[in-house]
Amino acid sequence: MDVALARDWMRAAAGLIAADADRLTQLDSAIGDGDHGVNLNRGFTAVVAALEKSPPETVSEVLVKAGTTLMSRVGGASGPLYGTALRTAGKALPAGAEVRPADLVAALHAGLDAVRKLGGAAPGDKTLVDAYAPALDALEKAVAEGAGPAGAAEAAARAAEAGAEATVPLRARKGRASYLGERSIGHQDPGATSTALIFRALADVS
Amino acid sequence: MKKFINDPADVVAQALAGVAAAHPELRVDIDEQYIVRADAPRPGKVGLVSGGGSGHEPLHGGFVGPGMLDAACPGEIFTSPVPDQILAATKAVDGGAGVVHIVKNYTGDVMNFQLAAELATDEGISVETVLVDDDVAVEDSTWTAGRRGTGATLLVEKIAGARAEEGGKLAEVAAIGREVNTHSGSFAYALTAGTTPAAGRPGFDLPADEIEAGVGIHGEPGRRREKLRPARELVHSALDAILDAKQFPGPVIVLVNGLGGTPLIELYLIYGEVAKHLEDRGVRIARRLVGNYVTSLDMAGMSLTLCQATDEMIRLWDAPARTPGLRWGA
Repeated sequence: MDVALARDWMRAAAGLIAADADRLTQLDSAIGDGDHGVNLNRGFTAVVAALEKSPPETVSEVLVKAGTTLMSRVGGASGPLYGTALRTAGKALPAGAEVRPADLVAALHAGLDAVRKLGGAAPGDKTLVDAYAPALDALEKAVAEGAGPAGAAEAAARAAEAGAEATVPLRARKGRASYLGERSIGHQDPGATSTALIFRALADVS
Repeated sequence: MKKFINDPADVVAQALAGVAAAHPELRVDIDEQYIVRADAPRPGKVGLVSGGGSGHEPLHGGFVGPGMLDAACPGEIFTSPVPDQILAATKAVDGGAGVVHIVKNYTGDVMNFQLAAELATDEGISVETVLVDDDVAVEDSTWTAGRRGTGATLLVEKIAGARAEEGGKLAEVAAIGREVNTHSGSFAYALTAGTTPAAGRPGFDLPADEIEAGVGIHGEPGRRREKLRPARELVHSALDAILDAKQFPGPVIVLVNGLGGTPLIELYLIYGEVAKHLEDRGVRIARRLVGNYVTSLDMAGMSLTLCQATDEMIRLWDAPARTPGLRWGA
């Protein structure tokens, strides 16, 4: 991945989140407070603006800047979680204009670890982890098997989407949805859904 | 949706501009989005900062002033403030004696305040956090994010605020705040859902003869849906839930709180039932407060909070407060 691809990834993610903002908000209305799309759209719009204002020169800087911007613009649980994921992944990348697929996999692992530490969520808790973890597994497997960037990113996107859909029958154990107890069952998790959009954006530009 | 707004995206900033215009005794930073006492920082005084999503007014901005908070950070509607904002407010009130963050137990609030506390510590400011989690409607913390912070937040802000105003040290102010929280329990009912300006429609649909029991303050549905019953029965159920969850051997401070869309006549009717039921159960009421203090936009509903109060808590409760939303003795 080079710096142009990283920027395109963030721009594509912003586009998909803007297009699906209403759907994310509706999913959040069912089990949360109905602002996930609004908040994430505000954050990613700011990410695109920040990347245009002073274009970073490394992939690492793109992800760190995107994460920092999300953290300082989104609020709620999404801001710290998505912000931490991207910032930590960015900081884990080697410097330089280009990073190898294995570097990206390792960096995204660091991001997932940081998210799990901050939010305390495990797979199956009906959170963004339920899309992020399987996407990363699929990405790692595809890279190990020698898939090209496009194929590996496509595998990750599909795994994230399947992971998001698999949250429907789960009972939420973290976040605001957890207060609904059994009533959270039957609704797709908005955080897992937006995470799937971010991996879909990576596949679209790879 | 019918609301007095200009643009759903600008509600918080424009409301802050209104607060600034209405209250010259406060200073409002519209860019960083925080409200602070005009005389902050006060050298040697422990600073109290609270915050959370907007839509709970007068919580928290309405409780900034002598005797209560030094600063409040209103996030977007029902969305916690961001770390930069909390850090800016913390720096604005730090008088060298440290700062107490009063945080309601909601995942986003906890994370953003935690990040802000780390940033403030890096800048040499001592921060103690008081986490408020009084909502007894949430029963099993291993299956949830833990009990939510609701009505007791007001009691913590009042009592810890008085302790800070009279010169309490950082650890003492935090300790009395935590003690108030530990001895408080709350339970809420919603008759209707609230409407956020961004969503433009109520957060949930509710048939005319049904209510949500055990709601929080973010328009989310509650633990269960019930048939509407006479107020007396609802009050009994709510009080029994609180009394079962926590011990109340001593006198209590009672808060009968409206969620934004319930008129005072109903809240006073409810208080009458509360007073009678507590008397029947042998619980003495030391102090009481009735009104809309911790709201959920225009949600019709009410919450009950009981705090088992020590003499020290009652003394601090009675201490002067001079804020837009709560004012006595000063």
